[in-house]
Amino acid sequence: MSATDQPLLSVRDLKKHFPIKGGILGRTQAMVQAVDGVSFDVRAGETLGIVGESGCGKSTTAKLLIGLVDRDEGDIELGGKTLGRDISLRALRRDIQMVFQDSYASLNPRMTILDSIAFGARVQGLDDPVGRARRLMARVGLDPDRFAGRYPHELSGGQRQRINIARALVMSPKVVVLDEAVSALDKSVEAQVLNLLSDLRAEFGLTYIFISHDLNVVRYISDRILVMYLGEVVELAPVDMIWAEQAHPYTRSLFSAMPSMDPDNRTQKPPLTGDPPNPIDPPPGCRFHTRCAFASDVCKTRHPVLGPMVQGSPHWVACHLHDPASGHPRAGQGVPA
Amino acid sequence: MLSYFLRRLILVLPVAFGVSVVCFALVQIAPGDPLTAIMPVDATAEQQAAMRAAYGLDKPVPVQYLIWISNLLQGEMGRSIASGRPVADEVFGAVGNSLLLAAAAAVIAFPIGTFLGFLAGYFRDTLLDRAVTALSITGVSVPNYWLGIVLVIIFSVNLGWLPSMGAGPGGSQDWQWDWAHMRHLVLPAVTLAVVPIGIVARTVRALAGDILSMDFVTALYAKGLSRGDVLRHVARNAAATALSVMGLQLGYLLGGSILIETVFNWPGSGFLLSNAIFQRDLPLLQGTILVLAMFFVGMNLIVDVAQAAIDPRIKRS
Amino acid sequence: MVQVIADIPVVPPAQRGYWSGVLSRLKRDPVAMICAVILAALVLSAAFAPWLGLADPYQGSMIARLAAPGTPGHLLGTDEQGRDMLSRLIYGGRLTLFIGLMPVVLAFFIGGTLGIIAGYVGGITNTIIMRVVDVFFAFPSVLLAIAISGALGAGVLNSLVSLTIVFIPPVTRVAEAVTSGVRSLDYIDAARASGANALTVIRVHVIGNVLSPIFVYATSLTSVCMILAAGLSFLGIGVRPPEPEWGLMLNTLRSAIYVNPWLAALPGVMIFATSLCLNLLSDGLRSAMNVRD
Repeated sequence: MSATDQPLLSVRDLKKHFPIKGGILGRTQAMVQAVDGVSFDVRAGETLGIVGESGCGKSTTAKLLIGLVDRDEGDIELGGKTLGRDISLRALRRDIQMVFQDSYASLNPRMTILDSIAFGARVQGLDDPVGRARRLMARVGLDPDRFAGRYPHELSGGQRQRINIARALVMSPKVVVLDEAVSALDKSVEAQVLNLLSDLRAEFGLTYIFISHDLNVVRYISDRILVMYLGEVVELAPVDMIWAEQAHPYTRSLFSAMPSMDPDNRTQKPPLTGDPPNPIDPPPGCRFHTRCAFASDVCKTRHPVLGPMVQGSPHWVACHLHDPASGHPRAGQGVPA
Repeated sequence: MLSYFLRRLILVLPVAFGVSVVCFALVQIAPGDPLTAIMPVDATAEQQAAMRAAYGLDKPVPVQYLIWISNLLQGEMGRSIASGRPVADEVFGAVGNSLLLAAAAAVIAFPIGTFLGFLAGYFRDTLLDRAVTALSITGVSVPNYWLGIVLVIIFSVNLGWLPSMGAGPGGSQDWQWDWAHMRHLVLPAVTLAVVPIGIVARTVRALAGDILSMDFVTALYAKGLSRGDVLRHVARNAAATALSVMGLQLGYLLGGSILIETVFNWPGSGFLLSNAIFQRDLPLLQGTILVLAMFFVGMNLIVDVAQAAIDPRIKRS
Repeated sequence: MVQVIADIPVVPPAQRGYWSGVLSRLKRDPVAMICAVILAALVLSAAFAPWLGLADPYQGSMIARLAAPGTPGHLLGTDEQGRDMLSRLIYGGRLTLFIGLMPVVLAFFIGGTLGIIAGYVGGITNTIIMRVVDVFFAFPSVLLAIAISGALGAGVLNSLVSLTIVFIPPVTRVAEAVTSGVRSLDYIDAARASGANALTVIRVHVIGNVLSPIFVYATSLTSVCMILAAGLSFLGIGVRPPEPEWGLMLNTLRSAIYVNPWLAALPGVMIFATSLCLNLLSDGLRSAMNVRD
């Protein structure tokens, strides 16, 4: 992995709250804190996996990155240029592209797949959009002579997702956000598409932000993993480290809920119970304390800050258990086994 | 329920305001000077100016609107230019007659339309279904003012069974519940009922068909319920939508009766309206339209609330 | 390189265009085709009326008034001024069909544009457009048409204006609903994410996908518009005499119902037949396009 120290994409304190309207006058009653202060860096050539339960703000984060949802607060920096100050949204969109989960809904049913792929290149005024589109079709494994004139409904789910990947690559972006891009596919097709994504990453020097609820898939493709809970980052670590040790109790329960392939390694740890609290009214203090087995008084009042587990470690966590100064009774001892 | 009603009521207010603006604008878009009809031909410039001031026409349009609406809120709708009587008196008398006609048409149309639609929906894709569908599409395609003339030709001219004009013997304006008056109601009410029969039949057919194909109906049969019991369940499920369509149709009947009232010289709001148009009686035109539109707005509100009362799912959305 | 063609099923090549598919389905619908032929005949005979060798539709005769259908020289009889009915009915198609169809065409473009803008842009733009539409929905269509025509006075142009105003709100509402549905689909997000501006996204991705439901809806309004247009003339606030127009003819012939009743009903038959054909053709179009309502 050729990663430099200078991050390619840098996100600082991203926030998005959606208003909830209601009551007799239809006034804003509450805000859903979909994304609440998310920060992370991604180095060039790296793949950052984002995991979390549904509703944790993964997809909103993805849409914020590419400006499909307007952010309330926070900065997005690409290659040292800040969005809105040094670089326009239109220019940013040439460098960051996205692949959606629903392969059918993300293709215009009235457009041939060649036109769908070429659209972005045309919009951005790149030369030879059709040639680019045909070359990419061939590269993702669909013979342009056979498929160029077809419509989305004539393709299988796997084929459509290849088309969506080709469409995302047509402008030669630096970053591709894959929002549950393989989740809807059959297992065998999923593996093929994952392999294709790996190959494309190496070939075009791409950087991925890979969003999924499937930890095994994320492990396969990612270099680092970011865990989100109720709109916040609770843990961020290289894949090997988080696989060896899940520092946040939430991450641990997420991992323990994962079915193991090895019958001798059946999990005995309690799985996560209950639903996540309502993001309209997140609990004070640590947002996980309502479901956490190790919650103490300090967790109910003080909000934990994301930071390295030990000075200089790439393994970051937002939990009082790991902060010796937090006042938690077991502070500094880590999550009990 | 009360909060839903209040919420709907508050949503109605801007619509009612908009309706009042449209009605006010009707006089503004009318060509010519609104005072020509009552201004003496030899009026001097000073007299004309004085007259304009007396009617508030020298003020800017928004101010005129405010004066008009504040009078309106006090029940003051101005005077008819043609008859000199207060517009409110003329309109409410006529609207009463129109309501009577609309209600009679509804009494004919809703049961027949529901029955036909239910038959077609229950026996979907049979000859019966196709016959009802053909009938309902004919019903909504027929120009009812022409149908009225045809009925007059058949039942008044050829057979001489029913009167072709007016609301009572000898041009009587006062309605009474006796046969002498009611026979005047038959032809216009039947004519007016044809379009809603088609619309109600079409709606009920679609509803019954959709609901009968739903999983829960299969479950009811599986539970061993009889045909009649299943029908009762289906009817209850369709009631909310069917009622809302009928409620709206009642409003349309009131608005749609204008042409029919002209055909039959029925002394209702439509008849009043066409007289107002031909005598360029703009205050009367404005007042009639306003009352009819407000009635329609109120009807919509009642339908919404009634629908929510029957089907609680609606309140949540 | 990984072999990635494992999941490719055999798909028949050669993709027919959407509209040619609709047309071929419509051709297999006998009712719709009969209606289309009748409507085409009406439109063509009205358009080419001067070349059909008909009697002068304005030339009356005091001695030949209200001649019954079948009278030599007057196949469908004569009207209350002795003018040839056949000629007047065919010529009458010109104004009747024009005022009966043109408002829907205009409303399709104006209302479609407004609805697509409201549905795509959303927010305050949507609120403003749709609240104004709500106000016009507070009037039953007959009432609104008569109110505006009554205030503006009789005349072809005034009828066009008032009927267009009547039909813009329903088209806008349907266009807005369809567009907001499409707007929330991922392919619109994908198109926006490629850096395309709103106008390009609407032109390339939205219009093609919302046009057919809006179009089908608009065709379903033509029958009502036809009846209303003739109704305005029937009331005397549409076309002015002595122009031949079916609604107006129906009105002037009312005085003849005691003399020659079936003659008096003839113009209404034309309105009825046209409106029925429009309705049936619209239904056929709806099923040919697979539009659900």
